[in-house]
Amino acid sequence: MIELHDVHKAFGSNKVLRGVTLTIPKAQSMVVIGGSGTGKSVMLKCILGLIRPDSGKILLEGEDVTRADRDAFLARFGMLFQGAALFDSLPVWQNVAFRLLRGSLKRPKAEAREVAVKKLRRVGLKEDVADLFPAELSGGMQKRVGLARAIAADPEIIFFDEPTTGLDPIMAGVINELIREIVTEMGATAMTITHDMTSVRAIADNVAMIHDGVIQWTGPVSEMDATDDAYIRQFVSGSPDGPIEAVR
Amino acid sequence: MNALAAIGAAVLAMLGTVGRIALFAGETVSHLARPPFYLREFGHALLTIGYFSLPVVGLTTIFTGGALALQIFAGGARFSAEAVVPQIVAIGMVRELGPVLVGLMIAARVTSSIAAEIATMKVTEQIDALVTLSTHPMKYLTLPRVLAATLVMPLLVAIGDTIGIMGGYFVGTRRLGFNAATYMSNTIDFLEWLDILSSLVKGAVFGFIAALMGCFYGMTSGRGAQGVGRATKQAVVAASILILAANFLLTELFFAA
Repeated sequence: MIELHDVHKAFGSNKVLRGVTLTIPKAQSMVVIGGSGTGKSVMLKCILGLIRPDSGKILLEGEDVTRADRDAFLARFGMLFQGAALFDSLPVWQNVAFRLLRGSLKRPKAEAREVAVKKLRRVGLKEDVADLFPAELSGGMQKRVGLARAIAADPEIIFFDEPTTGLDPIMAGVINELIREIVTEMGATAMTITHDMTSVRAIADNVAMIHDGVIQWTGPVSEMDATDDAYIRQFVSGSPDGPIEAVR
Repeated sequence: MNALAAIGAAVLAMLGTVGRIALFAGETVSHLARPPFYLREFGHALLTIGYFSLPVVGLTTIFTGGALALQIFAGGARFSAEAVVPQIVAIGMVRELGPVLVGLMIAARVTSSIAAEIATMKVTEQIDALVTLSTHPMKYLTLPRVLAATLVMPLLVAIGDTIGIMGGYFVGTRRLGFNAATYMSNTIDFLEWLDILSSLVKGAVFGFIAALMGCFYGMTSGRGAQGVGRATKQAVVAASILILAANFLLTELFFAA
């Protein structure tokens, strides 16, 4: 379980997080929605320790993440980045097996490649992709490779940052389906940030909406459409009229 | 008052950058004593910084050595000192032109490449991805490049010095009528160990500066294509200026009476 208690983060005078409090239950898929620039990515990076919050607490299984052993803490995570963030200089299989080729999880090269190929197959890519470089792949294939890398070390927790951004609707559907399947079969705790409502319905067990640096609404995805909350109603309907200011 | 405030702000910004570079350099060096070490990355950096810079180094120094011989011959003729061409080419290449030109060419070729590569990695979240994969970016990206440049640059400078002297030799013997054996013996007899040592030390220092600036400005780059462009430009300018400043200090250290 991941818990955020009153987390604040500002960049200069720009207060991005103004007291985020959120609980992500174990083995559940939480999707955080919100407009661009509302702090979704900052919140995710605070949990991972990529950004240090100004105040508040972030707990993983009750332990303060800022005091945890970094290597052990990060070994529990997998992450799919918005642009996949594949390493250009490495072939696909070495990207996928990156964690298995170095550090505490290091394995022999042949074994690491075998795991990489298996994970590539799991995300629908054939073995011949393994020796290509990321620049030779389409956006959708890069996302799949990023997903394979995120699950390569069988993490307990997986983060997905805008997993369908830049993809056509069919490929977005494929990625959503893969995420749902993988999270379910691995029993992992998942946190996805997105503003794609199709992804929300495909991936989420629970939904949280962030606006103005705080969580405005949170609840099961099944209650999202029926809620009276003005923020979530406006966001789900995509209407320019409502409490969320739309710049025209 | 506004002008004064602007000058003050610029000075403060510059001092801040100097401080950040010093901290960055300190952190880089501190990783030398803290495993893990990424030998594959180090080997790759040795190859790209050292081996692939050889053509640039060779072409730069051979033409400079040749031009130097012509200049000294023409200039020396004004006071009947044409015969010192081998000695002046040797001392000029080994003490000054070899290390400085190789340093500046490495700043152009390697610093720009390192800064652009790391800045692009930052912009495309590859640095964040490294962290989430339990890999320290300073260990994986910075230390191998800085260490490789520091170790390989003395070798590049030695090769550059030799090729530069050979450039002077070819011009001296083919164009200016020097006897080949006399030219070589004058060159070798005139050079001292301190000349060669200073050249190699300068090479190591310039290599450290060139790679460090590339890594620093890459790691601290702004967002987008403009951020990558600015980081690359700042890295090359800073590396070039620091190399020239360090050259003066090292010359003072080695040769001031």
